[in-house]
Amino acid sequence: MMLETSGLTVGNRIEDISLALEPGTITAICGPNGAGKSTLLEAMAGLLSPDSGTVSLGGTDLSQIKPRERAKRLGYLPQAHEIAWDVSVRSLVALGRMPHGDTLAGPVDAALDAVDAAQFAERRAQTLSGGETARVLLARVLAGQPEWILADEPLAALDIAHQLALIRHLSATAGRGVGVVVVLHDLAHAMNHADRVIVLDRGKIAAEGACENALDQRVVERVWGVPARWIGDPGARALITG
Amino acid sequence: MNRATLVFALLLALALPLSLLAGRVWLDPATTPNAALILGELRLPRAVLAIIVGGGLGAAGAAMQGYLRNPLADPGLFGIAPGAALGAVVALWFGYTASAWLLPLFALIGAGGAMALLAAIAGRTGGIALFTLAGLMVASLAGALTALAISMAPNAFAMSEIVLWLNGALTDRSWREVWLSGPLVALGVLLLWRTGRSLDALTLGEPVARSLGIDTSRLLWLLILGIGLTVGASVAVAGIIGFVGLIVPHLVRPLTDRRPSQLIVPSALAGALLVLVADSLVRILPLVTELRLGIALSLLGAPFFLWLLLRMRRGLA
Repeated sequence: MMLETSGLTVGNRIEDISLALEPGTITAICGPNGAGKSTLLEAMAGLLSPDSGTVSLGGTDLSQIKPRERAKRLGYLPQAHEIAWDVSVRSLVALGRMPHGDTLAGPVDAALDAVDAAQFAERRAQTLSGGETARVLLARVLAGQPEWILADEPLAALDIAHQLALIRHLSATAGRGVGVVVVLHDLAHAMNHADRVIVLDRGKIAAEGACENALDQRVVERVWGVPARWIGDPGARALITG
Repeated sequence: MNRATLVFALLLALALPLSLLAGRVWLDPATTPNAALILGELRLPRAVLAIIVGGGLGAAGAAMQGYLRNPLADPGLFGIAPGAALGAVVALWFGYTASAWLLPLFALIGAGGAMALLAAIAGRTGGIALFTLAGLMVASLAGALTALAISMAPNAFAMSEIVLWLNGALTDRSWREVWLSGPLVALGVLLLWRTGRSLDALTLGEPVARSLGIDTSRLLWLLILGIGLTVGASVAVAGIIGFVGLIVPHLVRPLTDRRPSQLIVPSALAGALLVLVADSLVRILPLVTELRLGIALSLLGAPFFLWLLLRMRRGLA
């Protein structure tokens, strides 16, 4: 089902954002620090009340959907890696099943496999490295089998091998019809792996559309204020800055 | 039933009969004169009250630590215990202790007032930081008013009564206190038990808990009510008994998978055990007058707290 925003305004952080996102695709949200990326993602996850405008899922206003139903359909992964208690990895991932009211082993195991974490499923959270923690927290979202995955910088703490593995997994997930929205700082990842890019600047949409257009070097220069040049072929681009 | 529940239920079942026999004079049911009367009217209500008070404080501590995601949290932080104490102090100040119901009733009103104030300040938004600050504010206000009442006590007798009462104890309690506090604490523990699932979700932070469909406002209300009932009723019948809510979850946690939901019932049992054992010990100690239970638990709790801080510091280093 489509995830849409219409005239979405939250405080002075994002202003008049209207988008229509298709399921089965990866949408990357990019922008400089403070552009409103995380705010937009949180509002799309139904965690922030808009000052004006709406977020709707399949045509229904998100505020009209019961929290538990919304939780089944939208999986949200914040930027902060907070784990308060030293619980086991499996227990953490099983929290993703909470909206369904079960702890089915099938989806939990599948999620652990997807992020290459099955081998440390019985370890305790406080023994994990930063990268392992990031993967486990993503597995928690995957275990809920949501229609949409909204992830705030899921690649930030990962080494390049796990970054690539995770992006491939998100692509495969999108291939199964799940909508994926990710906040990405690495513009090359957005360029090479997203189906669509939204560039935010000071709370407003600065560019939006197919990657080659939305992340055109003139957009990068204008929004980020740095000289930029793309090299390489489509699907394997690299950004040279400075 | 998890392992911790089983362990502490068994220990409690063992400790209860021992506690009934324990005292400055050990009771032998076969030879002690009036043994049935001493057991039925003095020791049994006191032991049951210890279980009620300890159970409530233990469950409240586990829920508080789960909610604030902090192993150093204690139910006293919410200001409900100081609120209840203030209510009782007012009753003592005005000399309303002729009827045995009045003091606990005033304490419950004090706890209710603290709960209402907390709810009014922090109830609508459900934010943890605001809630903690509101709790601290209520605690300081109640503490200051209690100090004022002591300093302006109408006579030396009232002052000594207040000070003595503030150091909680289970001395000279009867079935009346059991009937008064039992149902309230049981209801409170039930409400706290129902927060378990939400507290598990909070392990990953408030935004994730909300994204998992947890209604954080409802959680806050359940906690205010649950802690208000357990702590308020406990203070009403026993005075201030600190550190139980802080210590007990730490004794229980290693026996569980560390999810907050798995801690609440075993913490109630472990709290009951701790207060029962401590109350038996203060009866046995060969002192001129019986050591107040509140003082004994503080003497035990403060070094434990220090040890906990040192262990955490080592963990961080």
